[in-house]
Amino acid sequence: MSEIKKFVYLNRKAPYGTVYALESLEVVLIGAAFEQDVRLVFVDDGVYQLTKGQTTDGIGMKNFSKTYSALGDYDVNKIYIDEQSLKDRGLTIDDLQDLTYEDEDDDWAEKSSINVVSREQLAELISEADVLLNF
Amino acid sequence: MSTLHTVNKSPFERNSLTTCLSVAGNGSTILLIEDGVAGALQNTTVAQSISDAMGSGVKFAVLGEDLNARGLAKDRVMDGISVVDYAGFVQLATEHDNVQSWL
Repeated sequence: MSEIKKFVYLNRKAPYGTVYALESLEVVLIGAAFEQDVRLVFVDDGVYQLTKGQTTDGIGMKNFSKTYSALGDYDVNKIYIDEQSLKDRGLTIDDLQDLTYEDEDDDWAEKSSINVVSREQLAELISEADVLLNF
Repeated sequence: MSTLHTVNKSPFERNSLTTCLSVAGNGSTILLIEDGVAGALQNTTVAQSISDAMGSGVKFAVLGEDLNARGLAKDRVMDGISVVDYAGFVQLATEHDNVQSWL
């Protein structure tokens, strides 16, 4: 096994209007099999991907929002939400799903995967990445 | 001549809504659909420009099905923006002389 790399997925698009959000989620789930250090960032309209209560019956599209809650089971548990993006859109962190994972190093305690970050922290996340994937 | 303007892009990503607001006048209706529905919520960075347009006699509507898909509750929509369904969309199209789609 080669050395583990830091993969950062930068998600900047709202779901359903374009296919970016769904494509990103599929790539993340496929990539999870490779046991890398994966971080998901939601910035700009990307924050809409994680809203609670998405109901797509009326638009005839697949509701993939419930899949995010499975990320923890794939060891994808570093999720970063840009605070300014929420604020600009009249949203708060309570409007988003509380994604969790079970920490195997802490007796499988359930912990939140969500981290609300500033632009400074976002800059750091990007600069630390070995691989940047943009959706 | 009355015009129904439809905006399907997020106001936080494209300038479609801004341009639409700059040309829509009294007697026009702006209907927010698809990713455009994000602009209908309270306390956003575009809320003031929508309020200003309301003050100039522009009417606003938003497609409920697209709000639901995005988990955006109807009670978060700005006062003065009516939530319509697809039948309401058709009704608006018939009530106006023309439809301008800000793609």
